[in-house]
Amino acid sequence: MAEAVRDLIGLRLPGAAASARPPRMATDKLSAMYGKFTAVKGVTLAFAPNQVHALIGPSGCGKSTFLRTLNRMHEITEGGWVTGRVLLDGEEIYGPRVSAMALRRRVGMVFQRPTVFPTMSIFGNVAAGLKVDRRTHRGTLEERVEQALRQAALWDEVKDRLHKSATALSGGQQQRLCIARALAPAPDVVLLDEPTSALDPIATQRIEELAYQLKRDYTIIIVTHNMQQAARISDTTSFFYMGTLVESGTTRQIFTNPADPQTEAYITGRFG
Amino acid sequence: MNRREVRRFKSRVMTAAVMACVVLAVLPLILILGTLIMRGASSLSLAFFTKMPVPAGESGGGVLNAIVGTLLMVGTASLIGVPLGIASGIYAAEYPGSRLTWVVRFVADVLNGTPSIVIGVFAWTWIVATQKHFSGFAGAAALAILMVPMVMRTTEEMIKLVPHSLREAALALGYPRWRTTLQVVLMTGLPGIVTGTLLAVARVAGETAPLLFTALGSQYLVTRLREPMSALPLTVFSYATGPFEEWHRYAWAAALVLILLVFVLNIVARVVTTRASVSHG
Amino acid sequence: MTTISADLRAATTPGADTELGRRSRGDMAFRAVLTLAAASIPVLLGFLIYELWSGSALARARFGSSFVTSSAWDPVAEQFGALPLVFGTIVSSLLALVIAVPLSLGVAIYLTEFAPRVVRQPIATMIGLLAAIPSVVYGLWGIFVLIPFLRSTIFPGLKSALGFLPLFQGPIYGPSMLAASVILAIMVMPYVMSVSREVLEAVPSGQREAALAMGATRWEAVRTAVLPYARSGIFGAIVLGLGRALGETMAVTMLIGNRHEIAASLFAPGYTMAAAIANEFAEASGDLHLSALTYVAFVLFVVTVLVNAGARLLIWRVARGSGAGSRAL
Repeated sequence: MAEAVRDLIGLRLPGAAASARPPRMATDKLSAMYGKFTAVKGVTLAFAPNQVHALIGPSGCGKSTFLRTLNRMHEITEGGWVTGRVLLDGEEIYGPRVSAMALRRRVGMVFQRPTVFPTMSIFGNVAAGLKVDRRTHRGTLEERVEQALRQAALWDEVKDRLHKSATALSGGQQQRLCIARALAPAPDVVLLDEPTSALDPIATQRIEELAYQLKRDYTIIIVTHNMQQAARISDTTSFFYMGTLVESGTTRQIFTNPADPQTEAYITGRFG
Repeated sequence: MNRREVRRFKSRVMTAAVMACVVLAVLPLILILGTLIMRGASSLSLAFFTKMPVPAGESGGGVLNAIVGTLLMVGTASLIGVPLGIASGIYAAEYPGSRLTWVVRFVADVLNGTPSIVIGVFAWTWIVATQKHFSGFAGAAALAILMVPMVMRTTEEMIKLVPHSLREAALALGYPRWRTTLQVVLMTGLPGIVTGTLLAVARVAGETAPLLFTALGSQYLVTRLREPMSALPLTVFSYATGPFEEWHRYAWAAALVLILLVFVLNIVARVVTTRASVSHG
Repeated sequence: MTTISADLRAATTPGADTELGRRSRGDMAFRAVLTLAAASIPVLLGFLIYELWSGSALARARFGSSFVTSSAWDPVAEQFGALPLVFGTIVSSLLALVIAVPLSLGVAIYLTEFAPRVVRQPIATMIGLLAAIPSVVYGLWGIFVLIPFLRSTIFPGLKSALGFLPLFQGPIYGPSMLAASVILAIMVMPYVMSVSREVLEAVPSGQREAALAMGATRWEAVRTAVLPYARSGIFGAIVLGLGRALGETMAVTMLIGNRHEIAASLFAPGYTMAAAIANEFAEASGDLHLSALTYVAFVLFVVTVLVNAGARLLIWRVARGSGAGSRAL
């Protein structure tokens, strides 16, 4: 009962008080299953545009699974299926006439470990997403690759060896290359799935700065098991536990004055 | 000697015994290669590669027809067998749960273990008997049948080695599944697939049995697959089992050429893999 | 109510680019092509079995199963009995294993237990080269190097030392069951060795370390801790070698003497199923002769399939996941 009241006055929807703009992405009672196992239970969440939204929680809580429903990667996994709705700019992405591939060009993803294509050059990697993009864009291929690399703060380091193999880069550089690759098709939303967990602290810091800057042009949704990271860079934070969304709100509110005792227990490190 | 010394002695004897095994095992390799070079190299000359065989009793002459025949038949077999093998291998790797995949894998293993002479009989009944004449094409078909399961198995294994994360990364960019497989997965696994293919070609180039009654062999320079044609292994066989001393010398030379071809293919195959793993760091 | 923007809308035809359920036309075509290619393999095997079966129909009708129990092989009189072939195939293969298995195991044990790391790959490569040598080249070497050597040195030695056994009695020609078995042993050895090696390497090192820690000598550790663990895998390697030996054709036909006879002496010539087909098929006299040879091919096929299946079962149980045995060397 109390939840329904809170829903009504919009306290559960992060960013609703902060901005009156419609959310870029939203889910409505979204559940994600693997076969008979329910990994995500009935999550209703909205993501305001041009902000960084963090999803936190202990491992196995379903936050990555939830993220992967946002670009329809969940169904790639054996036995993955969903119920409920996911909306991009108000459109249901699981509609029967929707092209999952077209969706993924508007909602990009960066994974936990760098996944550069080993047989392509640096240029080739960044351009990889552009080759399947049927939408028209401004600029030549070279210009768009350069812009993506600049946005990923990698241009200066690789501009002299664009046609060398991408595997020669360090781990942190490869991850930034993956970010550039995801940015090149000019998506609306960028999903980051624990992007720094495999990187050293310096590389981590660079990518955190990047995520913070990118929100100017993109909507960022980041899954992280590192609470401090969420506190550093995100505007809103949502806490997941055992497949359910426990609490969601502005980052400041979640970290200084969480409403739910479970949230507080996680934030203060009593479990994790 | 006390018990401990006896045990130690036994251990040392057995150690020596297994080392002796290694020597005995490697010995035939050295002997065979050595004999090939000793008895075959002297007959190798430009003429050997470019001339046709001469009538028995005369000297000179070469194995041009056999070289041409081998190249034609192995080439044709590869043109048929390699695409079929790679496509089947991709299927088995991409759809591992499919029932067809299980069947294909099982059948490929059965075919891989089938004696090549049996494959020759199959090609004979299928092609030679129906066409009522021997042909290089029947020989090439037999070789292709040998190649397909080999190439299929190595392709499947190589594709399975490609990390799933690469596939996901491509799909997350909006790639359709077919493009993901061809442009990302296949390309990444390509060095291993090329190696497997080259090894299969090397295997097949040395096969004699399936050609004995398909291509049959010929004294003439044949370039049309519709006719019986010669091949290096066939030449080695007929020269080795023939009555003339001269022929025996040619057999050694032809065998040396055959071994060189096979070994070069093997070496290139392994270089491809090492090169790839070095450049991809 | 939600509308679909042009951005997200699928191609106008149904069956559009979705993952759930429907696939794009590109994906469907892709899968169709691959399925066709893959399906060709079982079709091929089915066709092979059919051709062997129908090609041997004539001989099967005439001789039935007595084909493999009678010994008379006379194309002129149209009598075909394949017992000498079956006998020769089994004897030559088993004898080859008797020679090859201890050797292969010795090498495998050396490479996994005793060899310094530097030496391992070169030796393995050299033995791998042995597997790459074509059968006909083995035959050539066998005729002009091995047989003269055996005939002048080993065979007389065996005859004088063990001549009381019927195995080593009788005239020495050169081409013989024993000569063929020796060359078969050399050819089979790389396969048995490499599979045994993989099996031995799959034994957890804790086993041998525990034995060594208890004071066992090097050899005792191998004998008591490693070998028993790998037993079924090694047995599988042996059966794999058997499968290879059964089907070997060229080297055998060049060394075995090619006589449709069953003899007690290993110095006597013999015949195998594969060798008979190789020798007689091209110039077979008449349909029955051809059918008889096809019948032989069919029997050989069935025997090798069964033996190889047995081998794979044994190897799979131990060296799981490494693909040992199913890989062409």
